Amino acid sequence: MARHGYKYSAGKLIRHGLTRGDWPRMWRRPEARSSYDVVIIGGGLHGLATAYYLAHNHGMTNIAVVDKGYLGGGGSGRNTAIVRSNYLTPEGVAFYDRSLDLYNSMAQDLNLNVMFSRRGHLTLAHTDSALRTMHWRAEVNKLQGIDSSVIDPQEVKKQAPSLDVSADTRYPILGALFHPPGGIVRHDAVVWGYARAADHLGVHMLQETEVLDILCEGGEGPDGKGAGGRVTGVRTSRGDISAPAVVNCTAGWASLISNMAGVPLPITTHPLQAAVTEPCKVFLPTVVVSGSLHVYVSQTDRGELVFGASVDPVGTYRVNGTLEFTEELAGHVLELMPGISKMRLLRQWSGLCDMTPDYSPVMGTTQVDGYFVDVGWGTYGFKAGPVAGETMAETIATGRDADLIAPFTISRFTEGDLVGEKGAAAVGH
Amino acid sequence: MIVVNCPHCGPRNSSDLRPCGEVTTRPDPATASLSEWRTYLYLRENPAGWVTETWYCRSGCRRYFTIERNTATNETRSSEAS
Ligand SMILES: Cc1cc2nc3c(=O)[nH]c(=O)nc-3n(C[C@H](O)[C@H](O)[C@H](O)COP(=O)(O)OP(=O)(O)OC[C@H]3O[C@@H](n4cnc5c(N)ncnc54)[C@H](O)[C@@H]3O)c2cc1C
Ligand SMILES: [Zn+2]
Repeated sequence: MARHGYKYSAGKLIRHGLTRGDWPRMWRRPEARSSYDVVIIGGGLHGLATAYYLAHNHGMTNIAVVDKGYLGGGGSGRNTAIVRSNYLTPEGVAFYDRSLDLYNSMAQDLNLNVMFSRRGHLTLAHTDSALRTMHWRAEVNKLQGIDSSVIDPQEVKKQAPSLDVSADTRYPILGALFHPPGGIVRHDAVVWGYARAADHLGVHMLQETEVLDILCEGGEGPDGKGAGGRVTGVRTSRGDISAPAVVNCTAGWASLISNMAGVPLPITTHPLQAAVTEPCKVFLPTVVVSGSLHVYVSQTDRGELVFGASVDPVGTYRVNGTLEFTEELAGHVLELMPGISKMRLLRQWSGLCDMTPDYSPVMGTTQVDGYFVDVGWGTYGFKAGPVAGETMAETIATGRDADLIAPFTISRFTEGDLVGEKGAAAVGH
Repeated sequence: MIVVNCPHCGPRNSSDLRPCGEVTTRPDPATASLSEWRTYLYLRENPAGWVTETWYCRSGCRRYFTIERNTATNETRSSEAS
């Protein structure tokens, strides 16, 4: 099989180290063509994976990935890199589990070490109702062959000894949903791997190119946009590009792009914040999530603790850190792990999330011919990147929604057929 | 900090209130088709700029009111609609 671009190896590392020679660029900076077969808006993980699978699985290589900033500058470079498949609905479980399979072979497929660490994932229950949801999830998961079960506080202590499982805390830990195949991946490497492999197959990465409008004809709305019409191209800050297929992979900005095609979305944009501590000796073997306490934590290979929470309550496109977040985070984390009270926070940051009413994505074909969406990724789109790329590529190449994403098309909102994942995705991304 | 001016209680940190989202036109439930009703329930404009939205003064007067907020800058001003 053709390797994607420059082959990385231990020998090359030593040679570059000794000679201090430059590493070859991972992707080119090409001049834009005036037309492409597919224009993908958004150079995050989803846009890049879609481009890669279009080229690799379907032989379509006349493709541009257009980004107003740089590749991975959105949520793909800001997330906390948790992957898992222990969702609540059978549709969700099947979908996310395929993504874990793709993550499993990714280092080989893309010839880049993405540092996938299947370290296990714990979702803590502090109330009877949370415990009930965990049992429900475990049963749905087991039926689909997913390794997932409810464990008691003593077993929780074995998996993560730093957790306080005593009964006299404010929010005692009553049990947890344990998902051994879950873990973390190096998110930047995943972005770079897909970008490099897609570039190698001929895809154009057009960075610092902002999409200003989507060009349509025949639709019922103004300028031929909207239902019944079809896409003819995009207007960008560097000129018009014609294309019969345009894909919206812009996550937090998805509504702005979709309104340009006359396709309103069931989405509101909220910031999600995260924070990281100074490094210390590795002591936390698993990913730990607490829905009731609105917090989750994992430890990187470098020893930093990475924390996240639920989205900021006020919808906005402005990302900045808030004191409310830091305060609540610290309080809740110390509730779980009193032992880390002396650790210092190093950094905190924020990214935009495209929240849907049912915590499931909006994917596939739309009421405008040639306009495809891969949005509504909220706080859980990193783990879905590979399968979203694979299924979106199939959908674009065949013009028919791939089986795995048929439950997630936009029509579910007019047909009242929502796929409720709140119980599995509100905090535990 | 996002400052929201409650018409009854004055300026407050947004965390004292509950945001209830952009104001949308509610179709008549007696005559609306299912798809019109669901459009009203779920679809949003979600603009990056000025939007008229509803807030609930959760820990103050406990009344609902509308304001205008710029979602790109979080500047707020009183709303014509209130
Ligand atoms: C703090 C944080 C933690 C998270 N943790 C997790 C996690 O642990 N696990 C998980 O699965 N998910 C997590 N997520 C969610 C995940 O990061 C996102 O769902 C995912 O990265 C979305 O990827 P994307 O490629 O669709 O979009 P993005 O990576 O956001 O890319 C969208 C791109 O579109 C571009 N764009 C926007 N407008 C335009 C325009 N007009 N023209 C051209 N380009 C445009 C942007 O520049 C951007 O690069 C987290 C998110 C955040 C913010
Ligand atoms: Zn008030």
